[in-house]
Amino acid sequence: MARVVVDVMLKSEILDPQGKAVERAADRLGYSTIASVRQGKRFELQVDGPVDEAALASIHELAESLLANTVIEDFTVRVEDN
Amino acid sequence: MSPRVGVVTFPGSLDDRDAQRAIRLAGAEPVALWHGTTDLSKVDAVVLPGGFSYGDYLRAGAIARFSPIMTSIIDAANDGMPVFGICNGFQVLCESHLLPGALTRNDHLHFICRDQKLRIENTTSAFTSGFAANQEIVIPLKNGEGSYIADERTLDELEATGRIIARYIDGNPNGSRRDIAGITNEAGNVVGLMPHPEHAVEAGFGPSLDGLTFFTSVLSRLVNA
Repeated sequence: MARVVVDVMLKSEILDPQGKAVERAADRLGYSTIASVRQGKRFELQVDGPVDEAALASIHELAESLLANTVIEDFTVRVEDN
Repeated sequence: MSPRVGVVTFPGSLDDRDAQRAIRLAGAEPVALWHGTTDLSKVDAVVLPGGFSYGDYLRAGAIARFSPIMTSIIDAANDGMPVFGICNGFQVLCESHLLPGALTRNDHLHFICRDQKLRIENTTSAFTSGFAANQEIVIPLKNGEGSYIADERTLDELEATGRIIARYIDGNPNGSRRDIAGITNEAGNVVGLMPHPEHAVEAGFGPSLDGLTFFTSVLSRLVNA
């Protein structure tokens, strides 16, 4: 069964306070080379049947309508090798 | 017969009973609506209450937006039915694209629960017509994801068209762009507000009775319709 991964990230211009909090914690732990942290979401979709153009188009539609809020988030869709 | 105002209960709604009480105190008949049906029970207006629908999974309001009842509410709202989203309800309205923009995590990351001062800047929407222009009110605010965000063009348009119904004053509690606490759509029938007017409707409970005016506003519109 093929796996498709959808990554959702806050748009770069949107403040990411959760990422900031992680960034501060990392700095406190001594990871001084970590310049910044952005936190996102990863969705792993198991897909029945072939992951052809039509399947990817429908996953794209799902990502746009449900998985991401495109007012504040960007997403990428990629097929993962088994 | 008094107007019927529906209050939707989603899994995780918290303030549905308080919204029903506010509607009753305003003089209308509250009608409980269930998220899992498309039946609006012939209501004249709808309130989407506060809480954590679907546990805020995915994004606050994101899953509620695709519940069966929302299909009917989106159609009815586009036909002009008054719809009032409070807190989580405001998030649902943004996720439904009935209102522009989005609500994101408070900039300081803390959940806030306090009495909040607001200035009412729109007195023509379905839920704010009973206020005086620039009236200052105090109602409870309680949320973790109340920071209103939209692009600059949308914010300019909201300001230019008088669609910001209320702004935070004496301090912005969550990083909302331009101190926005609530907005309305172009037609003025769909209103979203982050603080909670339904908790300020009865003497002895809450910081004021200021919240009642949101509910009496829509009542007078329905009675005069």
